[in-house]
Amino acid sequence: MPSLKDLKNRISSVKSTQKITKAMQMVAAAKLRRAQENAESARPYAERMNDVLAGLAAAYKGREGAPQLLGGNGKDQTQLLIVASAERGLCGGFNSSIARLARDHANKLIAEGKTVKILCVGKKGHDVLKRLFADQMEDLITLREVKQIGYSNAKEIGDRVLEMFDAGEFDVATLFYSKFKSVISQVPTAHQLIPASFDEDAVSGEATNYEYEPSEEAILEDLLPRNVSVQIFHALLENAAGEMGAKMSAMDNATRNAGDMINKLEISYNRQRQAQITKELIEIISGAEAL
Amino acid sequence: MADGIKIEIVSPENLVLSEQASSVTVPGADGYFTVMGDHAALMTTLKAGFVTVTSGGAERTYYVQGGFADVSDAGLTILAEQAKTGADFDRSELDAAIVKAQAALSAATTDQAKQDAQTALDGWKNLLLEIDAVGLPN
Repeated sequence: MPSLKDLKNRISSVKSTQKITKAMQMVAAAKLRRAQENAESARPYAERMNDVLAGLAAAYKGREGAPQLLGGNGKDQTQLLIVASAERGLCGGFNSSIARLARDHANKLIAEGKTVKILCVGKKGHDVLKRLFADQMEDLITLREVKQIGYSNAKEIGDRVLEMFDAGEFDVATLFYSKFKSVISQVPTAHQLIPASFDEDAVSGEATNYEYEPSEEAILEDLLPRNVSVQIFHALLENAAGEMGAKMSAMDNATRNAGDMINKLEISYNRQRQAQITKELIEIISGAEAL
Repeated sequence: MADGIKIEIVSPENLVLSEQASSVTVPGADGYFTVMGDHAALMTTLKAGFVTVTSGGAERTYYVQGGFADVSDAGLTILAEQAKTGADFDRSELDAAIVKAQAALSAATTDQAKQDAQTALDGWKNLLLEIDAVGLPN
C-alpha cells in the first residue's frame, strides 16, 4: 500500500505529464493546419502533372520504344522500396503502419525470389526496417533539420533515385507513404514510381489534339524525371500532414488517459486520508474511554 | 476572338496565379510565344525565362524555370518547377547559376559535355539580357 506522500507525488507527476501531452497536442494542431495548407497548395501541380502525363502515356500504350521511366526496362528482378516515414515518434501507429506495409511488401517480393533494396526517408521507418532487412537497407535520408519541406528536398531524393535507375541499380521503384485522409485517418499507401503509374480516374474528358513543341517524345523525356520528384514531394507533404494528425490524436488520447489516471489516484488518495483520520479518531476515543 | 484567356501558373509548392488575361507571353523551349484567346491546343516544355501577363493594358511579369506549358480550350496552364513574381526574382540567384554553369564548362571533358555546358551558360546569359529588356528592378 503506497503511503499518502507517495500518492501525492504520483499525482503531481501524472499532472505534469498531462500538461506536456496537452501542450504537444496543441503544437501538433497548429502544425497540422500549416501542413494541411501546404499539402493542399501542392495538389494542383501534382494533379495537372498526372493529367498531362497520363494523357501522353495513353498515346504510348502498347507501343514500342516508350521511355524506360514509363515502360520500364523490361525487368522486375531488382525492386527498390522507398519508405517515407516521420522523423519523430509519439504519433501513435503512424510510423509502424507504414513500416508494416513496406515490410509485408518486401517479404512478398523476397519470397518470389526478387532482390529487394530499401531506401528510407525519415528515421522512424528506418529504425523498424533495419532490424528486419539489415542486408537490403540501401541508405537513410533524414530530413530532421528541415523545418519546412520544400520542393528542393524532394528533388534531391528524386535525382538520387533517377541516378540509381540510370546506373541500373534497380528495375522497379515503389514509394511507401501515408495518405492523409483526415485527422483521425491516415492510409498507408504504396505507389509505383518507376515505371510510372497514373491515377486513371483522374484523367478528365477526351484527349485534346495537341501540337507538341519540340516533340511528344522530348516532352515526355523531360517530364517523366520531374514526375518522380513531384510524386516524392507529394508523398512527403502528405506524410507531414498525416504525422501531425496522428500525433494530435495520439496526444489527445494520452491527455485523456492521464486525466483518468489522476482521477483514480485522487480517489485512492482521499480514501487513504479518510482511513487515516478514522484511525486517529478511534485511537483518541479509545484512549479517552480507557481513562 | 474570345475575350482573353484563362491563365494559371502553378509551382509544386503553390498556385502562383490564376486569372483571366488578354494575352500571355511564354518562354517556350523553341523561343518565346504569345498566347491569346482561342489558341490552338499546344504543349511545350519551358526554358528559364519570364512570363508576361497582359490584362487590361497592365503588364505583369513572372519568372519561371523548368516545366511545361499546356494550352487547351480550358486555358493556359504553366507548370513550372520554380515560379515567382518578377518582384520576387533575385538577380543574385542568376549570377550564381552563371558561375555554376561556367564551372561546369571548364570542368567538362568530352565535346558533348562541353556543348551542353555552353548551351546552359548561354541560356543563363540570355536571361540576364532579358531582365534588362523586361525592365525588372535592379
